[in-house]
Amino acid sequence: MPEVQIMTGNAAAAQAAVLCDVQVVAAYPITPQSQLAEILSQYIEGGKLKAEYVRVEGEHSALTVCISASTVGARVFTATSANGLLYMHEQLHWAAGSRLPIVMCCVNRGVGAPWTIFNDQQDSVSQRDTGWIQIYCRNNQEILDTIIQAYRIAEAVYCPVMVAYDGFVLSHTMMPVEIPDAASVREFLPPYRPHTVVSPEDPRTLNAVLFPWRRANAQGVVCDGYMEMRHKLQAALERALDVIRETNDLYAARFGRDCGGLVWEYRMEDAEVVLTAMGSLASEATVAADLLREEGIRAGVAGIRVFRPFPADDVRRVFRKAAAVCCFEKAISYGYEGALCTEIKGALYGTGVSFPIHNYICGLGGRDVKASELAQAVRESLTDMAAGRVRTRAMWLNCVTE
Amino acid sequence: MSQRDDSISAMCTLAVGEAGRTGDWRSLRPVIDHTKCIPAVKKKPACFLCWLYCPEGVVKGTIPVEIDLDYCKGCGICAEECPAKAINMVREGHDHA
Repeated sequence: MPEVQIMTGNAAAAQAAVLCDVQVVAAYPITPQSQLAEILSQYIEGGKLKAEYVRVEGEHSALTVCISASTVGARVFTATSANGLLYMHEQLHWAAGSRLPIVMCCVNRGVGAPWTIFNDQQDSVSQRDTGWIQIYCRNNQEILDTIIQAYRIAEAVYCPVMVAYDGFVLSHTMMPVEIPDAASVREFLPPYRPHTVVSPEDPRTLNAVLFPWRRANAQGVVCDGYMEMRHKLQAALERALDVIRETNDLYAARFGRDCGGLVWEYRMEDAEVVLTAMGSLASEATVAADLLREEGIRAGVAGIRVFRPFPADDVRRVFRKAAAVCCFEKAISYGYEGALCTEIKGALYGTGVSFPIHNYICGLGGRDVKASELAQAVRESLTDMAAGRVRTRAMWLNCVTE
Repeated sequence: MSQRDDSISAMCTLAVGEAGRTGDWRSLRPVIDHTKCIPAVKKKPACFLCWLYCPEGVVKGTIPVEIDLDYCKGCGICAEECPAKAINMVREGHDHA
């Protein structure tokens, strides 16, 4: 029977790892992820989770252990934040290129320098191009639900999945979380079937150098060159869009909770101004939309749940009737604008829409973002739009800029 | 997936030549003048220093020594180490098209 407990986001993630019967955990503690690594080591030590916890000296090694364990057939889990994720950067590419269904939580935190331990999404967003699926969670329930879905998605398309949730805002905040019963989760998520099991009886050379061209192996079979292998990764991520949507629907049918597929909508039926964001910031935007509706401004929210693979078709469908868009981001591609804003504009190119899209950078390094501030930003955007004032760059919300 | 793709990652079974004929990278080819080889073992013409130093393991420890040009990458370490100067590195004629 499912039970409801009050717990932090980190505790919800640990619960999910137990429900998914992960076999190997390798994680290096970093704020705000530390609690997750601690809870998992307690579960393993106490026998609640029958897994091996491999202690490592840093995040690069943590993911390397996960890569190795996944290669020999284990279901593996890890988690990190901020500079820890950046320290993994090279291994992120190795995990994706090796097509290993690793699931990792990124407990979103701002990146140094200067040091911050507080929340923004610069860490995961800056790892956009590593070949990982990225799913953002709105609340602690979604953390648990998304991790269970993440294994099913990863093991269907053989790509690693990063489950991103906001540090402190979710990781250290207590919320009610319904924990599904273990038997139902096992039915939803059958045991991991590795694509190719590497064992001493059947040794392989892994990721040897590939040449620019295709060529015959020692048996005379023509093998892929580097470019063909990379195309397979791209094709798998494109295929993952349908798999993520289907997995969300199956999960909703089975457990009664819909995490929103690729792009979720809030009060969008007749929305003229669309607020968009990822993670808990998008949740906050729903409160802002309510505030604006009270004043007669028809506001809605389109929450981007999946950032990679980017759901361009869904974005086109959801945004097509908008008259204005405000895109709020806790990250920026330095020297340009928020990466999400660029993606949304790119997806809409060629569809004939011409509404203004305003970009707001907010909440960097844990600066509080209130629903009232989001609503005020939307009001100012609408005023500018009505006056025909064109904005050419992202605005920094609630920040001294001059 | 309708059909399973057996090679979604770059894995291969262990076999000589699995990485291709790595000798075709070579721009310099070692040529041994066996008449200069120093008799080191049972007065037969081979001292085996080239065999010992070759980083690719492509020098056969036979008398006389032979170099497997399918896999020799032409680094020239054998020529550098040969005390008799019996090995010359000569430029390969082929192009890499």
